[in-house]
Amino acid sequence: MKNIPISAMIGLGFTALYFVIAVFAPLLAPYGMAEVVGDVWEPSSSEFWLGTDNIGRDLLSRMIYGGRTTIFIATVATILSFVTGSTLGFLAAVLGGWADQVMSRTVDLIMSIPSLITALVILAMVPVTIPILILVMGLLDSTRVYRLARAVAVDIAVMDYVEAAKLRGEGQIWIIFREVLPNALSPLVAELGLRFIFMVLFVSTLSFLGLGVQPPLADWGGIVKENKDGIVYGIGAALYPAVAIATLAISVNLVADWILNRTTSLKGGRG
Amino acid sequence: MHPILKLVFQRLALGILLLFGASALIFGLTEALPGDAAQAVLGQSATPESLANLREEMGLDRPALTRYVEWLGGILQGDLGTSLTNKLDIADSVGKRLGNTLFLAFWAALVSVPLAIFLGLLAVRYRNRWPDKLISAVTLTTISIPEFLIGYVLIYFIAVKIGWFSPLAMVNDSMSLGQKLNAIALPVLVLTMVVLAHMMRMTRAAILNVMQSAYVETAELKGLSNFMVIYRHALPNAVAPIVNVVMLNLAYLVVGVVVVEVVFVYPGMGQYLVDHVTKRDVPVVLACGVVFAAIYIGLNMIADIVAILANPRLRHPK
Amino acid sequence: MNEQLNHMAGQVTAGKMTRRDFMGKAAALGVSAAIASTMFADAARAAGPKKGGTMKVGMLGGESTNTLDPAPAATQVPGMVLRLYGDQIVDVDADGNISSRLAESVEGSADAKTWNFKVRKDVEFHNGKTVTAEDFLRTVERHANEDSKSGALGVLKGIKGMKADGDVFTVEMESPTADLPYLMADWHLVVQPDGGFDNPNAGIGTGPYMVEIDEPGVRHSFKKNPNYWDDSIGHVDEVEVLVINDSTARMAALQSGQVHMVNSVDPKVAGLLGRAPNLEIRSVSGRAHYVFPMHTNTAPFDNNDLRLALKYAVNREEMVDKILRGFGSVGNDIPVNESYPLFDNKIEQRKYDPAKAAEHYKKSGHDGSPIVLHVSDAAFAGAVDAAQLFQQSAAAAGINIEIERAPSDGYWSEVWNVKPFCASYWSGRPVQDQMYTTAYLSSADWNDTRFNNPKFDELLFKARGELDTAKRVEMYAEMAMIVRDQGGLIAPMFNDFVDGVSNSVQGYEDDPNGFLMYSWAPVKCWLDA
Repeated sequence: MKNIPISAMIGLGFTALYFVIAVFAPLLAPYGMAEVVGDVWEPSSSEFWLGTDNIGRDLLSRMIYGGRTTIFIATVATILSFVTGSTLGFLAAVLGGWADQVMSRTVDLIMSIPSLITALVILAMVPVTIPILILVMGLLDSTRVYRLARAVAVDIAVMDYVEAAKLRGEGQIWIIFREVLPNALSPLVAELGLRFIFMVLFVSTLSFLGLGVQPPLADWGGIVKENKDGIVYGIGAALYPAVAIATLAISVNLVADWILNRTTSLKGGRG
Repeated sequence: MHPILKLVFQRLALGILLLFGASALIFGLTEALPGDAAQAVLGQSATPESLANLREEMGLDRPALTRYVEWLGGILQGDLGTSLTNKLDIADSVGKRLGNTLFLAFWAALVSVPLAIFLGLLAVRYRNRWPDKLISAVTLTTISIPEFLIGYVLIYFIAVKIGWFSPLAMVNDSMSLGQKLNAIALPVLVLTMVVLAHMMRMTRAAILNVMQSAYVETAELKGLSNFMVIYRHALPNAVAPIVNVVMLNLAYLVVGVVVVEVVFVYPGMGQYLVDHVTKRDVPVVLACGVVFAAIYIGLNMIADIVAILANPRLRHPK
Repeated sequence: MNEQLNHMAGQVTAGKMTRRDFMGKAAALGVSAAIASTMFADAARAAGPKKGGTMKVGMLGGESTNTLDPAPAATQVPGMVLRLYGDQIVDVDADGNISSRLAESVEGSADAKTWNFKVRKDVEFHNGKTVTAEDFLRTVERHANEDSKSGALGVLKGIKGMKADGDVFTVEMESPTADLPYLMADWHLVVQPDGGFDNPNAGIGTGPYMVEIDEPGVRHSFKKNPNYWDDSIGHVDEVEVLVINDSTARMAALQSGQVHMVNSVDPKVAGLLGRAPNLEIRSVSGRAHYVFPMHTNTAPFDNNDLRLALKYAVNREEMVDKILRGFGSVGNDIPVNESYPLFDNKIEQRKYDPAKAAEHYKKSGHDGSPIVLHVSDAAFAGAVDAAQLFQQSAAAAGINIEIERAPSDGYWSEVWNVKPFCASYWSGRPVQDQMYTTAYLSSADWNDTRFNNPKFDELLFKARGELDTAKRVEMYAEMAMIVRDQGGLIAPMFNDFVDGVSNSVQGYEDDPNGFLMYSWAPVKCWLDA
């Protein structure tokens, strides 16, 4: 642990803090999430630390509960997207030939339709619940991960060491996990941090279209949207959740950077 | 035939096949949406008679398959048809909107792509020192703020308070290039902020990945300057993932900028498409969807081909 | 000082002094900016309308799917476009009276069954054709036609026959209809050559401005019609309508001077926007209302006690305060208010009463399962927030409301008038008869509360033929009580029309019929350089 650079410490610290707050939200929030306690857009005071929102709810409590929703959905969807996307991407790269063509073109087909339409349609046809939201987001996003994983893995799959492994008679699974995965890890980890952020933004875009989580529940993006009209008149209620999203994003990516550095170091070569 | 050319032709054929697949899928999806154009047009003021009248007028009383086949027949003769809702020629209106969208995407790309790659290289050059960290922090911040918020903040401070650029990016044909550029300055800025981080981080990660290779070390030992090593030896070998991410972002600049269009009132394809999805105007949605799909498939094809060209091992498959 | 100010005001009236000069000199005299601004406006109005310039209007409510055809028009931008290029037979003025437009005069028979409209002489369409009674006839025919897709179709029911004779257009009704001129004042009924049968999208009308550029969903531009029949209006040379659907962008456009006026200022920011020095917020209370309709024939809403419980569980004051920020008034679970003629304002106002709500809720015997409220911001601005306030105030009475947010897209076809309990919006009608006929008559197409009360229907028909005003007021009051106590309508608030107008615009007057002086603003206002 003593080798952790300061930036990574900060990142880890904030990330951990946000996750802890998310887990213990009901204990930490001073008011109920949906409880109307004051006037519209009250400035911050000892009673309401961050002021009140667009219909007079305590903004701090909204933020704490909102963080819970945001982090939960984004984390699970990112994991889903990565596991599906990279597994299929590696498989396509290693198998090559027709299997690769079929998978890649299918992904192209899905990606070629603007995700807005896809999301609109799917969520208009099925009831919007959190598991469905996660599933739709994760699977739509996994196509992006697939493209990258395959692109990286194709380069690796023609490396001498992979050829050697193939000649040795190693199985596909072995090659994917022992040869391809470790060498493809750094671009993927770099992508992981960003994908997490895109998930956070994706939830808020869906809220923007009226397809996100059901009110009175809200995610951070949703809180930004609820209070956005105040921005141009100097009311900061929309800025707090935006700052929360930004700091979470930076923290997660600081951690990702650190892991990225560690994995590159692990490969020997240059320090 | 040269293997590369053969590959290009293969991919082109596949691309066209994909387009048909995409059009069928889009048609299926819009048909699956609850409601139809007649209902959407009449909205709250619909009565059973007026609905039936309008459906017949729009030809919606015929089966879905017939309509799709007809549309397909039309498009093979280069006829995109007319809109169900406002009877305007689709090719005409889509052409205008597409021109606007490409105009905005072009300028945003022109600013953001070179900047992203340059910043990526810079970050590698000063890896783990303050320029790297600063670039990383700033780009991460811009990417993590919802784009409409960046838009509003810029509108407020730059357009309303300082009065530099127009808060409305409403371009039209009677404007000169200079006026147009002035109008789109703020949206280009927002889009640049949104796509920069992704491309820059991928450039950095991909180059760092190659930097461990023996040939880079050799180049360094040859006595080449730090930046030259990165530029001449590491960059070309990291091209595949970078091009991939660049293409993804270019596609985003064309296909995914609805929110920016709304905030700056820009007459692009995104807003046009959303309006027509809302009105279930299937022929227009199909036309837009196919144009988007074509752009997307084209960009990806370029990404794949560049990746193959850049990697000698892929260029000569064993 | 006073003398000096008066002299300056005289200079303004004589057109010798600009606003900038006036404000500067007034400030030098120690007059506050607000007072100087008012003085300038008065002086400028006394000077009479100034001609020329381009009026730019930024508007919510346009899509790229809009057309120039009056029939399917449904949103604000098409409404404005129609006003600019077209003219109606008659119109409703700011005081709620019938004003003559293309019809010079209107006369009804004693039994209120036959109505004559006399065509104004020598009015020309933009294509040079003269307006005749035949054009009136064909226009109404097209909208009232069974094959029509017009928004006015529902309004025009009950016509027995129509004829054009010389310069008189006659409508004969099946039953007495005292309010027929109001029905003819529907904004869709823009007179077109031959009723627009050959080309409804042509954009040819008799209006004060002629269509120059028509880019649906982006902008519509117009130039002055040199042959317009009414010299008293149509001051600017050109009008440009810009579609700016995003609220923040619209306000920014007004603040930075890109447009002269905007419609639909979000009440949340109206107070803040009003502080800007170069513009003014104009609000006028009208007949539009935000509602939560319940289907009275669907469980659990078929139980009047449950309906009353929900009506008592709405905190109306809080909603007007938080959703409308005071730009509106509380509703009384009836679709009409004092802006309507013949309204009885002695009807008791229903108030938030959790105890009473709980009592009715208990009496209804509802099993306690959550009552699902379908909502979307497409219903009205702030609908989702209003639903959350409703949820909270109902919770205080022990009533469990569950909010289900639906996509804005498709809300009017999939949710409203389909789901038993949702959020909705009514823009109101010029007269009570029309409002009740449109949505509360048991046989109405838009009966979004599935209201079926024979006594109510009977009163509605009787009131139509009643020519004694006092008796009519009484009848409408009785009908209001039936809807209020037995109906399925929860009407917590009536919203104001809130516009933003730049200080360079003169001649703006309140009109409760709609946004931007019922779309008259660009025609009746003028720009002072």
